[in-house]
Amino acid sequence: MKPAPFRYHRPSTPAEACEALAAELRDGAGAKVLAGGQSLVPLLSMRLASPPALVDINHLDPAAGLAAIEIRPEGVHVGALVRHADLLASEEARLAQPLLAQALAHVAHPTIRNRGTSVGSIVHADSAAELPAVLALLGGSLDVGSVRGTRTVPAEELFVGPLESSLAPDELALGATFPALADGAGVAFAEVARRHGDYALVGVAALVSNDTVKAAYLSVSDVPTVIDLTDVPDDDLGEAALSRLDPIGDIHATADYRAQLVRVLTAKVVREARKAR
Amino acid sequence: MSEDLHEFALTVNGVTHDLAVPARRLLSDALRHDLGLTGTHVGCEHGVCGACTVLLDGRPVRSCLMFAVTAQGAEVTTVEGLANDDDSLGPVQQAFAECHGLQCGFCTPGFLTTITAGLRDNPTPTHEQARDMIAGNLCRCTGYQNIVKAVERAAELSGEQR
Amino acid sequence: MTTKLMGQPVQRTEDQRLLRGRGRYADDVAVSPGTLHCAVLRSPHAHARIVDIDVSGVLDVDGVHAVWTYDDLTGPMAEPLPLLIPHPALTEGRTQYALAKDRVNYVGEAIAFVVADDRYLAEDAVGRIEVAYDLLPPVVGIDAARAAEHLVHDDVPGNVAARMEQATGDVEAAMAKAPHTLTLDLTVERSACTPLEGRGTVARWDPDTDRLQVWTSTQTSTGVRAVVAAKLGLDLGQVDVVTPDVGGGFGVKINHPWPEELLVPLAARALGRTVKFTEDRREHFISSAHERGQVQHVEVGFDDDGRLLALDVRFWHDHGAYIPYGLIVPIITSTQLLGPYKPEVYRVVFESLYTNTVMVTPYRGAGRPQGCYAMERTMDAIAGFLGKDRTEVRAANFIQPDEFPYDQGLIFQDGRELEYDSGDYPAMLEKIKALVGWDDFPAYQQEMAAQGRRVGIGLACYVEGTGVGPYEGAHVHIETSGKVKVATGLTTQGQGHQTAFAQLVADTLGCRFEDVEVVTGDTRRMPYAVGTFASRAAVMSGSAIHLAALRAREKVLRIAADALEAAEDDLEINDGVVSVKGNPLDGGAVIDLGTVAVLSNPLRYAFDEKSRVATQFTVGDPGKPPVAEDDEPGLEGKDFYSPERSTFASGMHAVIVETDPDTAEISILKYAVVHDCGRLINPMIVEGQIHGGVAQGVGGALYERMAYDESGQLLNASFMDFLMPYVTEVPDGIDIDHLETPSPLNPLGIKGAGEAGVIPSAAVFASAISDAEGFALTAMPISPSDLFTLRQEHS
Repeated sequence: MKPAPFRYHRPSTPAEACEALAAELRDGAGAKVLAGGQSLVPLLSMRLASPPALVDINHLDPAAGLAAIEIRPEGVHVGALVRHADLLASEEARLAQPLLAQALAHVAHPTIRNRGTSVGSIVHADSAAELPAVLALLGGSLDVGSVRGTRTVPAEELFVGPLESSLAPDELALGATFPALADGAGVAFAEVARRHGDYALVGVAALVSNDTVKAAYLSVSDVPTVIDLTDVPDDDLGEAALSRLDPIGDIHATADYRAQLVRVLTAKVVREARKAR
Repeated sequence: MSEDLHEFALTVNGVTHDLAVPARRLLSDALRHDLGLTGTHVGCEHGVCGACTVLLDGRPVRSCLMFAVTAQGAEVTTVEGLANDDDSLGPVQQAFAECHGLQCGFCTPGFLTTITAGLRDNPTPTHEQARDMIAGNLCRCTGYQNIVKAVERAAELSGEQR
Repeated sequence: MTTKLMGQPVQRTEDQRLLRGRGRYADDVAVSPGTLHCAVLRSPHAHARIVDIDVSGVLDVDGVHAVWTYDDLTGPMAEPLPLLIPHPALTEGRTQYALAKDRVNYVGEAIAFVVADDRYLAEDAVGRIEVAYDLLPPVVGIDAARAAEHLVHDDVPGNVAARMEQATGDVEAAMAKAPHTLTLDLTVERSACTPLEGRGTVARWDPDTDRLQVWTSTQTSTGVRAVVAAKLGLDLGQVDVVTPDVGGGFGVKINHPWPEELLVPLAARALGRTVKFTEDRREHFISSAHERGQVQHVEVGFDDDGRLLALDVRFWHDHGAYIPYGLIVPIITSTQLLGPYKPEVYRVVFESLYTNTVMVTPYRGAGRPQGCYAMERTMDAIAGFLGKDRTEVRAANFIQPDEFPYDQGLIFQDGRELEYDSGDYPAMLEKIKALVGWDDFPAYQQEMAAQGRRVGIGLACYVEGTGVGPYEGAHVHIETSGKVKVATGLTTQGQGHQTAFAQLVADTLGCRFEDVEVVTGDTRRMPYAVGTFASRAAVMSGSAIHLAALRAREKVLRIAADALEAAEDDLEINDGVVSVKGNPLDGGAVIDLGTVAVLSNPLRYAFDEKSRVATQFTVGDPGKPPVAEDDEPGLEGKDFYSPERSTFASGMHAVIVETDPDTAEISILKYAVVHDCGRLINPMIVEGQIHGGVAQGVGGALYERMAYDESGQLLNASFMDFLMPYVTEVPDGIDIDHLETPSPLNPLGIKGAGEAGVIPSAAVFASAISDAEGFALTAMPISPSDLFTLRQEHS
């Protein structure tokens, strides 16, 4: 289990990084961005992925601000080099949007969170991961850059398939914005995993405000799925969610069991989100 | 076809080493095979078991999930760097010896580094926090019972030393 | 006065190295730029004919030194690997080749072996080898093997390697007469040892001395040595095998030789370089051994008290694609199933079946967990049928303390009678009931039910034959420094042998514990040995070390008596000093062990100040030979221990679980163990073994399974998906109580302790979850998803 060889780029600025990505794409199959590497490196070591080049953004000049957590009027802005652990520890971020800390506590184990980046997890677009679902539920967005300039991708346009985002192969994620918790709104997160720290068999995040009830689901669809449960009677929440989801069975759980978890967890997080308002 | 070598300095346990390795060289392999620091063990190479955990600028990370070249400029601490200056056991090591916190010893270095950082952040963990501190490391021998005791004992020993 | 160390929780000496990162595991040996590294091309298919292997893409790759396929193997290397434990019932034994000859029979089977400058390059090269396969239909799982629509090996009809039967009487007649009968079908899925360190082998050929040195992560260095010599056409005397620190074994490393244990030495000799193979985690899942998979059918006849009148068991054992370790696992299931009970008549029949999956060799417990599960589910079923307390039915069937030795009338895994040496099962039952709070539980269960919570309690009992033969040996050498060097041939994988054995030597010899150094698993130091398995190290090597230390002591006393001009019987040895009993140490005549060692070896040459006293003009009676006819120079003791039969440890576990009414998650509220391994050498180490066994048992009962699909692909070949427990999945605290019924079979009264913790897990969790849920579990392991499915079936 050793990675195949690759070309290695270590840019000092986001612009250099974008140039390296563009150059690799011009010359061939393109490069992968290496940030925390906690999902990418195992794929490389198992040779499930063998990109010809990596662009290591861990040494970007701090002045570029990619390691910063900023509380902006529109929400919590998380730079591409912010590690899960830092975001989880940020009191300001927790106050602005408590769902972040609630969900981050379920991301693998602390040692992985020390290295893995929150933005990297979003770009990896694993529907079993916590942060894509959180971004989707909150209606957040991702700032991306390339040699063509920068743009902001709303969450609903970001996740297009299993492990697939809408980023172009030469685009670099610069940061994510998680909208702050509105006055009078409440959030909650719950998941069931086989072992503590494993990917969830099912995870659900809920956002309840004065006039809406929404829930986002992980591990029960190809992409993080947000379902509007406004006006659904409490007893029907789970079934209403299931009508929009397609849980499948695997070696850890049957589809029926996942459906049961959708029922149980949906009711639980909606209840808790209401209580948190 | 031979691979490009990347030349850089890597600081481990306070000593700076010059390395020239391919970009794909995992930090775990660089520590073990290039620097001969074989105390860091490799148990799964996909980041689950925690045997390879080292401290990167004081924080526990999986050395099998990092390329050595990425660690340039960082301070790495391995199990070889946990003993006291006089080579006596550090508090976490001493607690493991007292509590029989290891059997085959293969996973142990990852626990020692993880707990060292954990107790620095939280010097007086509750029993639950002591369990949480080691929740990301696999051990197949001990059933964890004595490792939890060792965390609690290490907290006591560190307290006595302060 | 020296304190006796036997029974003391002495801190482990080996920890001083291991805690500083100075352990030496196989991959730590020969860390130098000159060492070559290997990778193996493994079959991606479960069943296929190999049509062609093209290695041309590899040969000119920079950094690649050599590649081997079957066609490059000659002589004994081209023959199948040994069938280690032949048995008359094993009529169709098949083993694999070091590299696949023309067929592959499981995903992971070795096909080509590449040696390169480093593992990265070796893996690159493996990726360039092209193999053309002609696919064959795979046989996966016991049902498919029994149906035998397809065959794993064309010449093995029905996929049956062996059919074996043992009976203690006419079971059909006894069953017909029984007032009540029940039938149970019980399955257990595959799991595996998964030590944190995989396999690893390093070899170095020394052309100057024509010798091969091998370091390998094994549970039997002498076994590896013998087979390396045989396969490479070397004299035994040309091969040394050293077992360095081993990062866990749990059984998988007793099988030998693994293909790489031969290919690495072969490559080292051919290339004249140090060569290393370190198995990675994926390889460990698909090319090292698994265990546990069995389908079991029980018919039982019993009376109104639940007494077993007839027990008739049939089971089918999935041993995978090959059967190098013979029938050991199913034989153990078939015999140890009986546990502490004495059915009037017992019959067991099993078939050992080929499947296109990784082969099966013993995993901690080795067939006992399956047997215990069959027996204990049966006990619970009888109790349920009769409306009796589960402990009452068990008690009605116990062998009583005055019935030892108790002959079960079967032949055990070592070819000897299954005769229990000692135990006290009724006392043990009382202890476990008290420890877990058995009698108070019904009230607690009701109280919880009133709160909408489901809790259940389970109990399981087992007997474990430990310390099987044929023998182990030990060598004790007292150096002139007074240091005591001890060697025993079996290997160590974390059991603390360097500490426990040193305790025995210190006690027996009277030396200081700190002066004892124990070496295990080094054929240069002890070439006669068997290995570490079957909870045998403490019993076998412990006894041998005790005997060897006694011999050394005898010689010490003989020489010291002469030097001190006293009678041997009047002497004692404390802290490494021989003195006359009752005399004060400071005033009376004394001699230390180092000086005795000097005197034991008549010298011509003085090599230091101390040795002058042993030279030819200083000592000796000119009228006698310097070394007497029946003596030898040096202060050493060597002895072997070879018991008539195994000694039988026993134990009982109880667990209280809670199952979530909505999510079917299973949590452990209390876990209790009562354990009898005879006299304890080091209770701290024994408890550690129990802790580890229980955690492994929790994994086996609630988390771990090998998930093969129909095509024979292992779907969860990683620690991501093979769910070994973290601390968060094991009980927070295990209540342990000991009972000590010494074994009469060895001088120290020891029984083995290594495997015990894992044996009753499937049984005890099945019992407790059944109790919580109100229906009987028949398949283990069980996940929340499985439990949810069962609830739907039973609602």
